[in-house]
Amino acid sequence: MGLVMGTFSMQSKQVDYRKDKVDDDLEMTMVCHRPEGLDQLEAQTNFSKRELQVLYRGFKNECPSGVVNEETFKQIYSQFFPHGDASTYAHYLFNAFDSAHTGSIKFEDFVTALSILLRGSTREKLQWTFNLYDINRDGYINKEEMTDIVRAIYDMMGKYTYPVLKTDAPKQHVDTFFQKMDKNRDGVVTLDEFILSCQEDENIMRSLQLFENVI
Amino acid sequence: MAAGVATWLPFARAAAVGWLPLAKKTMPKPPVDKKSRNDEILIVNVSGLRFQTWKNTLDRYPDTLLGSSEKEFFYNEDTQEYFFDRDPEMFRHILNFYRTGKLHYPRQECIQAFDEELAFYGIVPDIIGDCCMEEYRDRKKENQERLSEDTEAEMATDTPLPPNSTPRERLWRAFENPHTSTMALVFYYVTGFFIAVSVIANVVETVPCRPIKGSVKDLPCGEKYSVAFFCLDTACVLIFTFEYLMRLFAAPNRCKFMRSVMSVIDVVAIMPYYIGLVMPENEDVSGAFVTLRVFRVFRIFKFSRHSQGLRILGYTLKSCASELGFLLFSLTMAIIIFATVMFYAEKGTKGTNFTSIPAAFWYTIVTMTTLGYGDMVPNTIAGKIFGSICSLSGVLVIALPVPVIVSNFSRIYHQNQRADKMRAQQKVRLARIRLAKKGTTNAFLRYKEEGGLQDHDSDSAALCLKNRSSFEHQHHHLLHCLEKTTNHEFTDELTYSEMCMTESVGYRTSRSTSLSSQQAVSSSCCPRRAKRRAIRLANSTVSVSRGSVQELDTLQVQKSSIGPQSRSSLNARTEDLKLNCEQRDYTAAIISIPTPPANTPDESLPPSPAVPGILRNSRTTSYTQEAVKISSL
Repeated sequence: MGLVMGTFSMQSKQVDYRKDKVDDDLEMTMVCHRPEGLDQLEAQTNFSKRELQVLYRGFKNECPSGVVNEETFKQIYSQFFPHGDASTYAHYLFNAFDSAHTGSIKFEDFVTALSILLRGSTREKLQWTFNLYDINRDGYINKEEMTDIVRAIYDMMGKYTYPVLKTDAPKQHVDTFFQKMDKNRDGVVTLDEFILSCQEDENIMRSLQLFENVI
Repeated sequence: MAAGVATWLPFARAAAVGWLPLAKKTMPKPPVDKKSRNDEILIVNVSGLRFQTWKNTLDRYPDTLLGSSEKEFFYNEDTQEYFFDRDPEMFRHILNFYRTGKLHYPRQECIQAFDEELAFYGIVPDIIGDCCMEEYRDRKKENQERLSEDTEAEMATDTPLPPNSTPRERLWRAFENPHTSTMALVFYYVTGFFIAVSVIANVVETVPCRPIKGSVKDLPCGEKYSVAFFCLDTACVLIFTFEYLMRLFAAPNRCKFMRSVMSVIDVVAIMPYYIGLVMPENEDVSGAFVTLRVFRVFRIFKFSRHSQGLRILGYTLKSCASELGFLLFSLTMAIIIFATVMFYAEKGTKGTNFTSIPAAFWYTIVTMTTLGYGDMVPNTIAGKIFGSICSLSGVLVIALPVPVIVSNFSRIYHQNQRADKMRAQQKVRLARIRLAKKGTTNAFLRYKEEGGLQDHDSDSAALCLKNRSSFEHQHHHLLHCLEKTTNHEFTDELTYSEMCMTESVGYRTSRSTSLSSQQAVSSSCCPRRAKRRAIRLANSTVSVSRGSVQELDTLQVQKSSIGPQSRSSLNARTEDLKLNCEQRDYTAAIISIPTPPANTPDESLPPSPAVPGILRNSRTTSYTQEAVKISSL
């Protein structure tokens, strides 16, 4: 029986050891990030001081540590699209927000992107969208990248749609897109092609104005 | 969706710009946000402690009081804040819920108070965070148990019986609660005494007495005085049989009674005697007969009706059945293991006691319970080693479940104590409540006699009533309205019971005499002051609204010296009726029958012989000091 007791105590020691390591990891993630001053942010973005205050309060409430990592981001975004799987699109979105590719979104990134999307000029908005589509950031959108994006968007719709989602719907969508956007038919869309094509399309122009008063 | 995620919605909407170039159709128009999005700080004043928070924080949970428009009911225009007259300490936790999305249960608060606060603020307790959920659930369960105990104690079996109970019910109650009646108590003690006598007789029977003359051997007393013991036994069994049959007769549910433990014990206690009577005296069965006598000792269990502690012990054992079962099982396991080991260890030794494994069981049990009789001891070294291990482990195995049983017993015992204390307190509390009720009802009757129901046409009347609170005024007004509605008046118990008693006697005569007396009275005295009935402070719940009852007209103004007067003297006295505010030692009991003509103010005395036994109600402010009894008998 003594042997039994001995082995049990040995086990528990091991567990403690492992727990210490976990604690260390926790320590690191508890590092807090503080944003730049309010004045600086006001200068950099198109938001007023008041709006920045409101934004920061909400942000800080949800992420007391001051940073959002990808997992949390995915979780939050998925909450808005319960029907389907929003994780893939959230991944692309996260990369678009995280312009410095640090792996986490700080308040500045958050607010900068919002400033562009809500208060920026048409060109800025389109540029941001181009960045979103250009997954590997090489300056060109090719068919594969576009297909990935479109498929991610369709994933968010989920299974139960009307009319029923066909398997080649994303591909068709991409083909239509490329027909419209790819002016010189070289198989890729550059930024200028993209902006030009969007400016020609009235629907897109009109829709861009819709999201101005989100905040 | 978690409310906290609402803060991310604007960002998600902004990110929708990314879909625009891909969109096949045009985007719908966004919803127009009517109210201004400016965030403002709200002040919430809870009993003086000011909390300030953003409006958005409260808006996170729109189905609670603070999150919905319900809080506008508590808005104070002058101070521009929301005022709640509630506990500020508790509010802190409520507000934290809005801020963090997690509701925590403060351990030092009473669970009921917390629940009430949650109910007030419209928060469902299910959202208590995991960290506090267990504690909350435990406390809530504990509270529920205590409440159910209280309600059980309230419906205690020693409340007075309903008046129309059959003798069978009374008998059953007498058996269950001996202290409800003297007879029951006597019976209780007598049975207790006989149980003791029977048990002692059983014991003494076997003691060796001095042998009868001519014999050498010591005889047990049972055989020496066999006749005496037999008579004693018979008497006891007769009492027990009688008791059992009585209980069986009185039991409301006979099948259930027969299955109950106590009744089984009763039967087992008396059966051996009857079987012994029936069985023949031959030697073959006398062995079995002797065995039966063993069952007589079960009479001692009958004491559990007389002792609460014994019942608690029995209940504890029952509730700890699982622990006891575990104890038994683990002991059995250990016994088998060690017995086997010891047997094989001692197998080689010559002349060993460990002849078989079952034989080794005895050794193991004696060793594990640290008895150590010494009738079986190991001789080999291996046997001794294992024997010592056996005794060490025995202590452990037995010591483990015992604290559980002990704690169970202590809990049940304390519960019982609490139940008894509750019952005692309940009596005191009820008495106090009854007294308070009496006070308020008396107040109303007093109020009436002091002319509160009339218009204040005289200053003196007004003065009398000045020292009553507005609450009392309004309450009395309400009671007055009720009287007017039902055309009856409040009175007291005594007067009412008197009327019930005398109505049957003096019914006929009352009619004529009452009328004549009243007419005489009315003719002689001033109209308004005529009928002054004696009122006594009473429980107004016995108000007389029995329309069918014809009540006598008893006028009774109580005073110490004067006894019942004749009618003539009454006539004389009525002139002495005066308005007197200070007199407090009487109250007027007015009983009236619902006959509308009779209820007009005192002046009109419609001589309506058609309505027998009408009592005039008088709302006079006058009353005398002298005792004048007008009865129509």
